[in-house]
Amino acid sequence: MASITDPSHTTALNSPPVQVSDDARGYYTLGEPLVDPVAPTGPIQNRWTQRQFDNRLVNPANRRKLEVIMVGTGLAGGAAAATLGEAGYNVKSFCYQDSPRRAHSIAAQGGINAAKNYKEDGDSTFRLFYDTVKGGDYRSRESNVYRLAEVSANIIDQCVAQGVPFAREYGGLLDNRSFGGVQVSRTFYARGQTGQQLLIGAYQAMERQVAAGTVKQYTRHEMLEVVIVEGKARGIIARDMVTGEVETHLADVVVLATGGYGNVFFLSTNAMGSNVTAAWRAHRKGAYMANPCYTQIHPTCIPVTGDHQSKLTLMSESLRNDGRIWVPKNAADCEKHPSEIPEEDRDYYLERIYPSFGNLVPRDIASRQAKNMCDEGRGVGPAVKELAEDGTERWVRRGVYLDFADAIARMGRATVETKYGNLFDMYARITGEDPYSTPMRIYPAVHYVMGGLWVDYHLQSNIPGLFVTGEANFSDHGANRLGASALMQGLADGYFVLPNTIRDYLADGPFEKLDESHPDVVAAKADVEHRIATFLSINGTRSADSYHKELGRIMWEYCGMERSEAGLKKAIGMIQELKKDFWSNLKVLGTADSLNQSLEKAGRTADFIELGELMCIDALNRRESCGGHFRAESQTEDGEALRHDDEFAYVAAWEWGGEDGQPVLHKEDLIYTAIEMKQRSYK
Amino acid sequence: MRITLNIWRQPNAASAGAMHAYELDEISEDMSFLEMLDVLNENLNEQGEDPVAFDSDCREGICGTCSLMINGEAHGPEVTTTCQLHMRSFKDGDTITIEPWRAEAFPVLKDLIVDRSAFDRIIQAGGYISVNTGSAPDAHAAPVEKKKADRAFDVATCISCGACVAACPNGSASLFLGAKITHLGELPQGQPERYSRVVDMVAQHDHEGFGGCTNIGECTAACPKEIPLDVISQLNKDLRTALKQGR
Repeated sequence: MASITDPSHTTALNSPPVQVSDDARGYYTLGEPLVDPVAPTGPIQNRWTQRQFDNRLVNPANRRKLEVIMVGTGLAGGAAAATLGEAGYNVKSFCYQDSPRRAHSIAAQGGINAAKNYKEDGDSTFRLFYDTVKGGDYRSRESNVYRLAEVSANIIDQCVAQGVPFAREYGGLLDNRSFGGVQVSRTFYARGQTGQQLLIGAYQAMERQVAAGTVKQYTRHEMLEVVIVEGKARGIIARDMVTGEVETHLADVVVLATGGYGNVFFLSTNAMGSNVTAAWRAHRKGAYMANPCYTQIHPTCIPVTGDHQSKLTLMSESLRNDGRIWVPKNAADCEKHPSEIPEEDRDYYLERIYPSFGNLVPRDIASRQAKNMCDEGRGVGPAVKELAEDGTERWVRRGVYLDFADAIARMGRATVETKYGNLFDMYARITGEDPYSTPMRIYPAVHYVMGGLWVDYHLQSNIPGLFVTGEANFSDHGANRLGASALMQGLADGYFVLPNTIRDYLADGPFEKLDESHPDVVAAKADVEHRIATFLSINGTRSADSYHKELGRIMWEYCGMERSEAGLKKAIGMIQELKKDFWSNLKVLGTADSLNQSLEKAGRTADFIELGELMCIDALNRRESCGGHFRAESQTEDGEALRHDDEFAYVAAWEWGGEDGQPVLHKEDLIYTAIEMKQRSYK
Repeated sequence: MRITLNIWRQPNAASAGAMHAYELDEISEDMSFLEMLDVLNENLNEQGEDPVAFDSDCREGICGTCSLMINGEAHGPEVTTTCQLHMRSFKDGDTITIEPWRAEAFPVLKDLIVDRSAFDRIIQAGGYISVNTGSAPDAHAAPVEKKKADRAFDVATCISCGACVAACPNGSASLFLGAKITHLGELPQGQPERYSRVVDMVAQHDHEGFGGCTNIGECTAACPKEIPLDVISQLNKDLRTALKQGR
């Protein structure tokens, strides 16, 4: 902690990485190293304050003349639209849903972290910063994480003032709980629906601005292209999903707050409509895509039951506080009802392997061990068809028991009902089983992604005038393995960071008035129309959904929890084949000038396929186990994940290499001055 | 399972709609209701018939997007959202009728999709607390009695799906409106605008073409989040006070 004073000028605690292994050779070309051009310096605790002062101001009379396009209305987009509207800018807000309030942030359950130290348990900005850097496996930027920790306390104040009904104690003050792997109580929550309540707060703040006339809201609109003129982002091309009209919207600056792309795996905890299109269209126009292979896998989801399944449902991780996780010791017992398996034939594998953390090991470890058990043939529940390592199909049981029998015996059923009743009800509804009498079955699932468009400290991509916030940018928290961080970043970006950084850019505006007849604008619109016409004219035999499902199976098997050089190379070949087939055999019915959900899916699937390929190349390059992913070639002697800070302590920012070219890798070194890197251990 | 579906098909807002029958085989009881419709749509796509348009997004029962009348009931026979309804709630050989939300204020856009933007406009009329970003006092500056905080939370769980409207013979949105009035009205932060809020939101509700409340109670019976009927009493009480004291 000596470093809290002034680590600024600044002896790095690590040296820049020198990459030796290069599994992805032949799949990419190496570009110039990348630096954040606006990275702050000075004592870490002063950096954000100083930057807010240094950023130029826009006087209120000029704000009225400036136009901001905001795509996405989740925690980051909704909060930013509200805040910029209050400040007096003209904001145009777009979302594909029928109302901004349905953005997928609404589904977050657990809570939001803030360094309030209301419990006097030793929490502080520095401790939240430290925990977050460590939880992100030292793959995040120090300055950004410190800023996140610093503004976290303001987020809670803001939300409470908006009427967000956080949990309270009898004295009327806010309650906190602790969350996955953290020793202080800093998580604020609204039962299991924290995301919902935070989003409604942001939504209501935004609707207030709609009424005030500063924000104009476009629902059921999908952004399909970004307009770049003279090197600057100046607008978007969007499709009105009801009338099919392809519209041009121009502005002084464009902000993408379009969420994550976990749906590349087809099955995930994301909403059905969550997609990568906005980010991917920007990527193809030159914006770098950073760390695309970083995915957070959540260990406690309801397992897949069959081919028909469209999505996975999360069960709160809090269940691991009282539930015990086990599988049968003998594969022959897997078909038996769990009550027929005696205690001595059960393997409480987490308690066995990790005696000190037991069932509360971090998300990545709990997930990987569940996979290992099922791979060994000791999984439970229905067998499902999946891709095997060699590309053939196999049937595997993908489930482990989460057993509350001991908890019910210890606390009584009534107490368990009070603590977890709503989750038990949800489980019973989905599976048709009673979790009070039969152990729940759980399995890991794709939860959210930490990869996204590369941004600098100001949240600006490498394209001037194109800002990216929330899950859509590459996360502040690196290869994160913690809970309650994503909500924090979404709201930090939306309420506090972006409104303060974007003004420095807008101080140069208003930019020269742009006409819809400008050749670059016309070309962007024509591209979109051509693409739509192509989807409708292929006239093949397969639906977009069927391609998406196939892509998902490839991604999950080879680029999911465990990765290997051979597997990833295989996956890249399979995706390239799939892409060829997609463009020659896709079938989209209906017309362009109507509400056409098949057409919407076709566009998103096309982008997911290209993204999937890049994710595999990024994963292939990163020959280390880090975050939620286990790289088979990088493990300790006893099979634990092994990071390689000497080679991979960098942000991998990928530049689009053209339709027939290879992606170009730009590396941004991560230099630590306040925190020393440590190897992790949960034994 | 073998299922017969009677589904409302309507190409767009301007065209007339009609019921169409479809047969489905090999439906598993583990499927959600919407996954069953996914299967139907894959079949239709193969046969060259335009798939059935319906709204859904999170499929976890929280975003409020899904909106189907199933056998005349909003979200179907269980107290949950359509996305959390599973086929085990039906029997082999059943005939299921599926229609869009029915209310004048929710015009049909296509097939089973309706336009619920009237709800956003009701919120715009006052469903918020006026506080600018960055000007908030410390969160502990205004304690909230736990009972009130819990009550506010219970009603803040409204997902704005519109089932209450679809279920109401009058097409009233009073349960939705009452939930928001009660959520903000229970909290100290919501007091300064309490009475102007209720007047403005009710005026917008009526302007949108929602009907009046005659305390039938179908709304609360259909509500997947079990918002209690007494939020409407709270709404009426606040409205009376507002009218008496002139906002």
